Amino acid sequence: MKNNANPSFIKTMLAVVWKDLTAELRSREVFSAMLIFALLVVLIFNFALELEAGTRASVTSGVLWVTFTFAGTIGLNRSMAQEKDRGCMDGLLMAPVDRSAIYLGKMIGNLFFMVAVEVVVIPLFSVLYNVNLLKPGLLLVVLLGSIGYSGIGTLLATMSVQTRTRDMLLPILLFPVVIPLVVAAVKASAGYLQALPMADIQPWLTLLIVYDVIFLSVAWMVFDYVVEE
Amino acid sequence: MIHVRQLIKRFGPKIVLNKMAFDVSQGEFVALIGPNGAGKTTFLRILSSLAKPSIGEVNVAGFHLPGQAASVRQRLGVVSHMPLLYGDLTASENLLFYGRMYDVADLTHRVQEVLQLVGLLHRSGDLVRTFSRGMQQRLAIGRAILHNPDVLLLDEPHTGLDQDACDMLDGVLRDVAVSGRTVVMTSHDFVRAQNLASRFDVLSRGRIVASIPANKLSPDGLQAFYRESLEQA
Ligand SMILES: Nc1ncnc2c1ncn2[C@@H]1O[C@H](COP(=O)(O)OP(=O)(O)OP(=O)(O)O)[C@@H](O)[C@H]1O
Ligand SMILES: [Mg+2]
Repeated sequence: MKNNANPSFIKTMLAVVWKDLTAELRSREVFSAMLIFALLVVLIFNFALELEAGTRASVTSGVLWVTFTFAGTIGLNRSMAQEKDRGCMDGLLMAPVDRSAIYLGKMIGNLFFMVAVEVVVIPLFSVLYNVNLLKPGLLLVVLLGSIGYSGIGTLLATMSVQTRTRDMLLPILLFPVVIPLVVAAVKASAGYLQALPMADIQPWLTLLIVYDVIFLSVAWMVFDYVVEE
Repeated sequence: MIHVRQLIKRFGPKIVLNKMAFDVSQGEFVALIGPNGAGKTTFLRILSSLAKPSIGEVNVAGFHLPGQAASVRQRLGVVSHMPLLYGDLTASENLLFYGRMYDVADLTHRVQEVLQLVGLLHRSGDLVRTFSRGMQQRLAIGRAILHNPDVLLLDEPHTGLDQDACDMLDGVLRDVAVSGRTVVMTSHDFVRAQNLASRFDVLSRGRIVASIPANKLSPDGLQAFYRESLEQA
């Protein structure tokens, strides 16, 4: 019988990304759930905190990251539930591929969903809170934070989706782990919003990059163990 | 083609497979029958490299598990009671995706060929979530044979299908099985199993307690053989 070669790492990863984006473009299931949630959070905070111009700059970045963090877990849960519900995760794991490529493909998909939501939320947020968030430095912080978040989040969502209480378990696992990342992201964002000198922002930015590297490499290394029976 | 010795699978303190031995030669179609909880699914998950044996020797298509899992996976197709398909992708998109995961040569052509084989060519552009259970199961078989595997594992493929859908599925399975593949199928449907398999193995409490070739059975003798095997075990 004809036997095929095993696909390359890149090919596998791109196949997984293509699959997630194609399905999502059709159903918009993950994106719309995340976006609705994010918009609600932004609105509620807008009414709950009647912000004065002075305090606004310092609170804004906190609200922004709370929004991304919560919307992020919704996206992660949805995206992994799609793998679980029809048993697709087994289908992925039975393929003769490097499992790190599956992880990275899922992670890139999740990052993509998160960025898509951020693209809508950031301009809206700027209008509602009357602050300009469209600064290159701030956008870089958002991207770095999102990379670390979806990096570790994809791993933990893979774990939690195998349990019966998955919707609840993910935040319980994820939030304690990402607190340092979120703190760094909030501080760096606030730095850019308040136009602090680069010397004050740089340490937080470095910390973000360090966390991204750590989270991605840890998730990369342990993914195979997480999916094992 | 499949060779298993002294296989033990534990979940915590619970021993599910207990020093199991099992052999299948090239081209055989073995039906694995046994009561609920006997360990059939667990065993197939080990053969399909999804679960690791706690102890023991497992060899599939000339490669041992779990060490040479990638080589085994390339030569293995699996159909379970879950379809392993994405509802928001069309039938052909599902096959395209899995074809990439197996690096299938000349993929677009192969996808058409497989869709034709399982009788879904006219629905190739429809979303899988709109498919009936029977159609999903046929596509699941298409997914499993896409990369032309040597070994096919089927875990209760008839679950949830009506009579017509079962007949159709059996037709597809027979066409697939005659092409020289080695097949292991679990089933609770003795009539259908007897129409397909060339050998029956009874799995009870984690080991094979009896085995009989199909030609030694009278047309509806499987039920009696099964009862007898369980009583003796
Ligand atoms: N992941 C798991 N963790 C703990 N126990 C498990 C796990 N998977 C299976 N078992 C146990 O192993 C035993 C065998 O289960 P298995 O699903 O293999 O049986 P089966 O023969 O396929 O039954 P059925 O005919 O109902 O499909 C059961 O007692 C089950 O509770
Ligand atoms: Mg079972």
